[in-house]
Formats: sequence, C-alpha cells, structure tokens
Amino acid sequence: MQGGILLPRLDRAGLIFGAVALGLAILIPILNLIVPTDSAFHVPPHVVALMGKYLCYALLALSVDLVWGYCGILSLGHGAFFALGGYAMGMYLMRQIGPRGMYGHPTLPDFMVFLNWQELPWYWLGFDQFWFAAIMVLLAPGLLAGLLGWLAFRSRVTGVYLSIITQAMTFALLLAFFRNDMGFGGNNGLTDFKDILGAPLQADGTRSALFAASAIALAFGFILCRWIVRSKLGRVLVAIRDAESRTRFLGYRVEQYKLLVFVTSACMAGVAGALYVPQVGIINPGEFSPANSIEAVIWVAVGGRGTLIGSVIGAVLVNFGKTLLTNALPEIWLFALGGLFIAVTLFLPRGIVGLWTGYWAKRREKQAASIATQPVTEGS
Amino acid sequence: MMLTKPDPQHTQLYLDGVSVSFDGFRALNNLSLIIMPGEMRAIIGPNGAGKTTMMDVITGKTKPDRGTILFDGDTNLTEMDEAGIATLGIGRKFQKPTVFESHTVWDNIDLALAGRRGPFATLFHRDGADDDRILAILETIRLSGRRDVLAGALSHGQKQWLEIGMLLAQEPKLLLVDEPVAGMTDAETAETARLLREIAQTRSVVVVEHDMTFVRDLDVKVTVLHEGSVLSDGSLDHVSADPRVIEVYLGR
Ligand SMILES: Nc1ncnc2c1ncn2[C@@H]1O[C@H](COP(=O)(O)OP(=O)(O)O)[C@@H](O)[C@H]1O
Ligand SMILES: [Mg+2]
Repeated sequence: MQGGILLPRLDRAGLIFGAVALGLAILIPILNLIVPTDSAFHVPPHVVALMGKYLCYALLALSVDLVWGYCGILSLGHGAFFALGGYAMGMYLMRQIGPRGMYGHPTLPDFMVFLNWQELPWYWLGFDQFWFAAIMVLLAPGLLAGLLGWLAFRSRVTGVYLSIITQAMTFALLLAFFRNDMGFGGNNGLTDFKDILGAPLQADGTRSALFAASAIALAFGFILCRWIVRSKLGRVLVAIRDAESRTRFLGYRVEQYKLLVFVTSACMAGVAGALYVPQVGIINPGEFSPANSIEAVIWVAVGGRGTLIGSVIGAVLVNFGKTLLTNALPEIWLFALGGLFIAVTLFLPRGIVGLWTGYWAKRREKQAASIATQPVTEGS
Repeated sequence: MMLTKPDPQHTQLYLDGVSVSFDGFRALNNLSLIIMPGEMRAIIGPNGAGKTTMMDVITGKTKPDRGTILFDGDTNLTEMDEAGIATLGIGRKFQKPTVFESHTVWDNIDLALAGRRGPFATLFHRDGADDDRILAILETIRLSGRRDVLAGALSHGQKQWLEIGMLLAQEPKLLLVDEPVAGMTDAETAETARLLREIAQTRSVVVVEHDMTFVRDLDVKVTVLHEGSVLSDGSLDHVSADPRVIEVYLGR
C-alpha cells in the first residue's frame, strides 16, 4: 500500500537527480582523498569545502522554492531557519570541544567562561548528544515556522505583508543573537570547533564525508520536494498560489496547507544550515542578516521559480559567481547581485530553466509546423 | 406578500433580514429569501443591486451585519468559514470565470472532486482512483477532448463550462451561479441553459443573470433584487409586468 503511493511518484527527474548527487558524493571524495595531489584530477580540500557549502545553499534554495514557487509564499526570512539549524549544530560542536577550550573548563564553552558564567544554561543541556542536536536542527526552525505560520496564515496575511513579517522575524533574531546574555556567543557566535562525531573537522576525510552528507541531504530534499509537488497536495498548493480564494471555495483549508509546507520547508532550511556550519567552521548572528534571506530568493529567481531544479542551479551558479567576484572585486558584489536580480526579473522571468524549456518548446513547435507544411505526396 | 415569518424547516436555503454595509453603504438591506430543496431560482436586478454580495454572504466571504442564514433548515452559515461552507455542500461559480489556469482541465476537475480535503489526505492520495468520476464530468461539460489542455488556454465559454464542471465535481446540494453566460455566444448560452437544467434535476440552483433570453430559457421562478432587497418575485412574465420592476430595471 505504501509502495503504491511512494514508488510511482519517484519519477525520472527525482531518480536522475538522486543518481547525480550520489555520484558526486562518491566521486569528489575519491578525487580528493585517493587521487594523488600532483594529478590534474586532484580536488584540493578547500575546493571540497567550497562545493559542500554550495550544496548547502542549494538545499536552502530548494526549501525557498517549495514555498515560493509552488505555494506563492515569498518568504524573506528563510535565512533565519538556516541559521537556527546552524546554531543547533554549532552548539553540539561547541560541546564536543569539552575541556580542550582556551580556558580548559570541563563543560563550559570559552565564551561562557569569559562572561563569568558558572554553569551551562538549561537550553544548552542535551547538546553534547548528536542525536539531540539533530532533532533540534529540525525542531527549532520547525517550531518557529509553525508559530509564525499559524499566526500569519490564520489571519490571512499574504503577499508583501507576509514577506515583511518574515523579514522582520529574521531581523529580530539577528538583534537577539547579537546579545551576549542570550547565551549563544553574541557577536562572535560559535567557532573554534574541534571535531564532529569524534572525527577531527580539519581532516580531509571529515571534509569529504561532510561534502558527501551534503550531497545526499540535497538529493533527499529534492526527492522529497518532487514527491510533494507531484502529489495531489502539490496541485492544491499551485491552486492556492494562483487563486487562493477559489481554492477556499472548493473546501480546502488553505491555512493548513500553507502551514504544512512552510514548516517542511523551514526544516529543510535547518538541515542545510546544520551541514553548512561544520564546513565553514563558524556560525554567528550575521547568518540572520535580512540580506541573506533575500539572496536565497534571488538564487531561486535566477534558476527558475517553481521548477525545483532551477533553485539548485541558481544557488550553485550565483554562489560560484560570488566566489569569483569577491576574490577579484569584493566591493561590487552587492551591485552585481542587485543588477542580476533586476535583469532576471525583466528579461528572464522564468529563470535559466525557463529559458531552456522555452527553447525546446519553440523547437518542437517549429518542427511540428514544418511537418504540417510539407507537401502531401501520398494519397489523393 | 409574506406577513408571518416562514418556517425554515425543510428549506434548502433560508435568508431572513440579512443586511451588509460597506462604509455606510447598504449593499444588502433586510434581504429575505427562501430556496426549497431541488428548486432552481433565477435572480435578476440592475448592476449594484447586491446580487454578488448576496452570494458572498451565503458562502462566507462576507460576514453579514445582521440577519439569519440557514442551510438545510438548521445549519447557521454566518458562523462558518468558506471552506467549511463549501464542504457542507454549497458550490459557487464566480462572475469572472476562475479556473486554475496553470492546471490542466483534468486536474481542475480532480481538485474540485468531492472527497477529503485535508493536507495529509491529499498528500497520500492515489492518482487514478477517481478517473471514472472525472471522465463522466468531462463528458457532461463537453470537454473530454481537451482534458490535457491547460485551463488557461481554453476559450472564455469553455472556461465557464469547466467551472460548472468543477461545481458538479463538488457534488453540492446547492449551487450558486453568478452570471454564467456573460460574454458567451448565443450557441454557448443555449448550451449553458441546457447544462444548468440538467444539473438542477438533482440539486437546488440559484442563478444570477442579466440575459433575458437565457432566463426565459431556464423557465423558473424569478426574484428581482433592487438596492439590496427583494423587489418582486414570481414567473418572468409576472415580474416583467410589475410596474416597480419596470421602473427600476426593465424600463431602462
Ligand atoms: N467589498 C466591497 N467593498 C465595498 N463595496 C462593495 C463591496 N462589494 C460590493 N460592494 C458594493 O455593493 C454594491 C452591490 O454590489 P454587487 O453585489 O456586486 O452588485 P451586483 O452583483 O448585483 O451587480 C455595489 O454598489 C458595490 O459597489
Ligand atoms: Mg455581480
């Protein structure tokens, strides 16, 4: 019975994506760990970390596309869910340091010793366990999205008002996490991590494993999203996106649908953040910056909203461009990003994927037309 | 003239003393109306008479300031939301055809199909389970040949039929239809009258329409609305002869 629902919806796109991601998860570690350093095919460790980071961004973009592309919820606060997942992972990594901190305190992280705290705050309890942190990675963003969504969708806050609320949410969290007395390391955030699940974070093997984990998480995220959007629920989401009140008159409780998809998406963003933090080695309140959430929306717009694959392509390409540009001309990145957004909105409203599918649709049309106009030689 | 208050028992839809104001403007003014089970009723009235607003208060889009609205004689609609009212069995066709343009004709009907409406029910819904019902409806609304076309690509008349098909799929007890033939060709108009009469055989239908030929085709009791309340009702010939109706509506 379960298979009857689960398997047929695992379509070609999902399988191909899963296969490519799995291939990368195997290939990149081999190219990094086994291929000798002097070979042209060797992938240096910093590139592995960089690509892992891109994949985390891609998962974040995927989560944005699920709510924005399919349900019309333009969230400008998904960076907050990403950051919360990141902090949950960061707290685990902090507690992994144990007595190896600068001050050598057996349990307290350095910043708490520095603040003269005597014991661990209650909300840090349990984070020495990986399974607990892993649950929190889902729970913290999920609960926040659930609360915000419940309030907003119930009172039918939509469109630009909802976007502003989500943006305000991430800004409020930014200010809160900056405060030292919140107990999340304030301005400096959480850093100086040593190891994860007992494996040293700086080791090449760990980096490769984290990259592979990111690729697999992205594949799972993609397949989950495909499974959702190809279900009848997915068609209800699109109906809500295109004609919300019509959907209500059909008897669908729009707020329940929005809430479900918003929470699912927030959890995905949380996982992305959790995988991101060990690969970049730090999480600080800057991750809550409203600009981060806006950037994620731009990735999706560039790749093609409402296509899933477009969000992945957009996230990877834009971030690759960002890496190149911030190395060469760091001061113009924000202008380039803004210009890119305007250009895409004006000239590529359906993004890169839209350009591609549009091209093929046109070709097929032309072919059909040329067949239709060919002189009839048989019959009559 | 009704002097005593009628009994809501056994009625399909019962409106009593319903009023709605927008910024002091009375769109509905002490409106009372009764539709019996299986009845088809045509509502006419000049622009701004409150016909669409009446549908809004019945379907929960607008909350009335005063008055009673009962469904099936006992269910109070004024306390329910749109989705709840829709699941009770009240379907609505909007003045402007609103189909889901980026879905196919088939998916439009599928979404409207009576069935469980919760997010988990739809998430685990098996594709193909309702094919027979969808095919039957496509047959009725004459769109079988266009099942895989995006609804946005349909002609205006076809969109109106698709929307009627979506209403059929909901299997409502009461159907509210707002100006179904606006912008249709004569042939489409006649076809729509046929379709609505067919539909009305198994449920109550309330049709708002301006087109007099169409209303004559429907051949049912007519209620004339004016400034938010009932001006006159009876057969089309009866209301057409009513001097008050001639003054505010037909005479213009
Ligand atoms: N949401 C609204 N806000 C303000 N005025 C409205 C609203 N809805 C309807 N009205 C007004 O109420 C009156 C009745 O409108 P309506 O019910 O659409 O008339 P009809 O459908 O009979 O042409 C009109 O004068 C219209 O401008
Ligand atoms: Mg109207």
